[in-house]
Amino acid sequence: MTHALRQGADEPLGAGQSRPMTGNEAIARGVWEAGARVAAAYPGTPSTEILESLAAYPAADIHAQWSTNEKTAMDVAIGASFAGARAFTAMKHVGMNVAADALMSFSYIGVNGGLVVAVCDDPGIHSSQNEQDSRIYARFAQVPVLEPSDGQEALEFTRTAFDLSEEYDCPVFVRSTTRLSHTRSAVTLGARQTPAARVFEDNPRKNVMIPAHARMRHGHVLAREARLREALSDSPLNRVEPGDARVGIITSGIPYTYVKECLPDVSVLKLGVTWPLPDRLIREFCEGVERVIVVEELEPLIEDALKAMGIACDGKAFFPREGEFSPEIVHDGLAKAGLMPARVHAAPFEFAPMVRPPVLCAGCPHVACFMALGALDARVAGDIGCYTLAVVEPLKSMDTCVSMGSSIANAIGMAKAGTETRPIVATIGDSTFLHSGIPPLIDAIYNDADITVFILDNHITAMTGGQDHPGTGRTLRGDPAPRVDFFALVKALGVRWVQKVDSYDTASMQRQLREAVAHKGVSVVISDRPCVLDPVRIKGPAMAVDQDSCIACQACMNLGCPAITWAEGWHEGRHKVKIDPEACIGCSLCAQLCASHSIKPADIAEQV
Amino acid sequence: MDKRNRTTNVLIVGVGGQGVIMVSKVLAQLCQEAGHDVKQSEVHGMAKRGGGVFSHVRFGAKVWSPTIPEGEVDILVALEWAEGLRWIRHLKPETGTFIADCQKIVPPFACRSRKRGAEPAYAPQTPEEIIDQVHAGYVMDATGLAANLGNARAANTVLLGALSTALDFPEEAWAQVIAATVPPKSVQINARAFAEGRAWALGGTKRIDVTASGLQKSRAEVHHPQVETVVEITADWCKGCDICVKSCPERCLRLNDQLKAELALPDLCTGCQLCSWLCPDMAISVTNTPVQEAAS
Repeated sequence: MTHALRQGADEPLGAGQSRPMTGNEAIARGVWEAGARVAAAYPGTPSTEILESLAAYPAADIHAQWSTNEKTAMDVAIGASFAGARAFTAMKHVGMNVAADALMSFSYIGVNGGLVVAVCDDPGIHSSQNEQDSRIYARFAQVPVLEPSDGQEALEFTRTAFDLSEEYDCPVFVRSTTRLSHTRSAVTLGARQTPAARVFEDNPRKNVMIPAHARMRHGHVLAREARLREALSDSPLNRVEPGDARVGIITSGIPYTYVKECLPDVSVLKLGVTWPLPDRLIREFCEGVERVIVVEELEPLIEDALKAMGIACDGKAFFPREGEFSPEIVHDGLAKAGLMPARVHAAPFEFAPMVRPPVLCAGCPHVACFMALGALDARVAGDIGCYTLAVVEPLKSMDTCVSMGSSIANAIGMAKAGTETRPIVATIGDSTFLHSGIPPLIDAIYNDADITVFILDNHITAMTGGQDHPGTGRTLRGDPAPRVDFFALVKALGVRWVQKVDSYDTASMQRQLREAVAHKGVSVVISDRPCVLDPVRIKGPAMAVDQDSCIACQACMNLGCPAITWAEGWHEGRHKVKIDPEACIGCSLCAQLCASHSIKPADIAEQV
Repeated sequence: MDKRNRTTNVLIVGVGGQGVIMVSKVLAQLCQEAGHDVKQSEVHGMAKRGGGVFSHVRFGAKVWSPTIPEGEVDILVALEWAEGLRWIRHLKPETGTFIADCQKIVPPFACRSRKRGAEPAYAPQTPEEIIDQVHAGYVMDATGLAANLGNARAANTVLLGALSTALDFPEEAWAQVIAATVPPKSVQINARAFAEGRAWALGGTKRIDVTASGLQKSRAEVHHPQVETVVEITADWCKGCDICVKSCPERCLRLNDQLKAELALPDLCTGCQLCSWLCPDMAISVTNTPVQEAAS
């Protein structure tokens, strides 16, 4: 995050102005305009920028914070709602799995101050571990889910969601997707509202979910859903766009824009709320058209509901249930349904494009860690972070990756299964460890699992673009905060063998890891070097390769460093290597691996 | 042309860190100031980690889809050569314009082959054969032009200059938006970069810079005779110190049950001789013998 964003001192832009905003920026603006007082989140692509944007609004207006994980964030928002403030949390789709426990109960409790949850799905899995459809969570928790189609709606729907939340006494979802979150379009701004002041309401039968209370509240939840269902048939959130009556298309969110792109004149029922569905409005719309087609990304939530209502319709017969939609995919589906001619593929260029997979950065402190694990021939339970890239060439030293914080407990299970002959190592980044790695580490100690936990501390939440966490010593707004001491924390949990290692010292890294896996029981190694990108971009003096002495052994190429590529020259049929001085940050890993001592700091190499 | 084709579609592509987003922000701002409806869509996530970056900019009276359908790109701006080729199929076949920097960013992944004489697996297409197949095309040395002006990072502004010749906005409007977007101290160099790019592109509708021409053909042909590699390990001298196993770039050695080094995966051995040089007991010898190649 840029420091300009952190300041948050600027006066927010006034109402009536129009400016290009991403979906995420528009959601943040909607939260601010709704007069929300508390916002909390854990970073996760594609939702991260919502809280970052909120941090740019005055601290006097809204408290915005990074929380340790999504459940904590949800609970912080719930607490603020209890206290009478409008509250907000944002997360990516899989974050909802973490937060769901609190959400399910809070749906029964209902709100005091309005509570809105922005959940950003990732159809197409641009940067996630699955593509689950969060609308199903809304149905499961029996709370409304609003689906904006562009930036303007992202702002307005978010603002409306707070009103709905208070009117119907329930948390409300605003569901975005990667495409909406990261698309800029013109947004006209509104003014900040001042919601009626509320304070904590003493009402244990509503606020304390013991079985006797929860049984009563369940009926309230069902009645609420029925009331919403009826009211939403008349809500401006759902709208009919009349057109050619031969076919009616029911759609929502970003797919709506693809439908309009392909068939601008067709009859459309644009659902701004996809749960609960406005039964009456849907029936009226379907009666007025000869044929009904449902265009929805991922799961057939609307389609199944229509079929349960006894309405004949088609959806997933023409459109895929997996992956991100595009105008092309929607075109193909509509063509399959006979509504438009098939696309003509007139591509004269029939070559396969070059592969350019994402790689760990030049100087990334994770690289040596996974080199060492490869050399140890360890069974590696991985976790979520940049370092998951170690699964592919050339590092190829990660065996599993499930979900946030899974690595340590996965390793415990592997060890207890008794089938593994190789040393078992769990790798987990600092931010992920604080998110959900501590309880499984306690579990490992408690159950005396013979595993090594490798905490890869790069002092930031790197994968999502450099967000602060309790281990960085700074808050979302950049204010100083107490900093978690990983070494002391691990010791306090009862780990007897703990060592810190320098991520740029390959020799001691390998030695420490060897000792750690030899230790019977839980051992912890903490690698310690900051991320090269955030919070500050690190650039040291570049290294250079002496072309005369390089024997082209390719040992340095095994780092997968983007600064190292092949030079023009050869040695025995293999390309010598060169280092891009602009990209190289001078971490010296390659020099440590170079057996012919051909890699030296560029300034020294010049003098020789 | 039917209604939906009235939207103008510009696709900007490159590699993380090159300034793809800056180019698309300038264009989107310019379009909005000119009174168009604009959508600009990008996907973050892995982009910072050396992967490809792309940004769709669409403008017109009313823009629906945030992304450009395949085959509907009016102008493709590539900040890196191979990334341009990745997206060129999205260009409108009859009327599309292709603007590319001849800058090559070779990913480490392209240098993975250990076969004798292997070249980087970088896009082999030449500018000449690509330009031949597009309606209008420019392959320029934007990075070189920007470097001559004093900052290679202004290459994206050079490309904006070229792009400006393919769109219908006044030159002053471009200049104003660029000046408002870039950091204050680099306003001047960006203004010059824009002018250079614009002037260069006005030189013709199909143009290839001299430094870009024959982009891939400059490499001298080198003959690499095939060799037969024999690795001999004197077990009696090996004390199982593991140095060769750990340092072998191809990880083709291992310690056997008797803790003696052995060549476990001979097919992976490149004959680099690192193990023999590093063995403290001189227990390993590697010999590469040229093999007689069958006359073709």
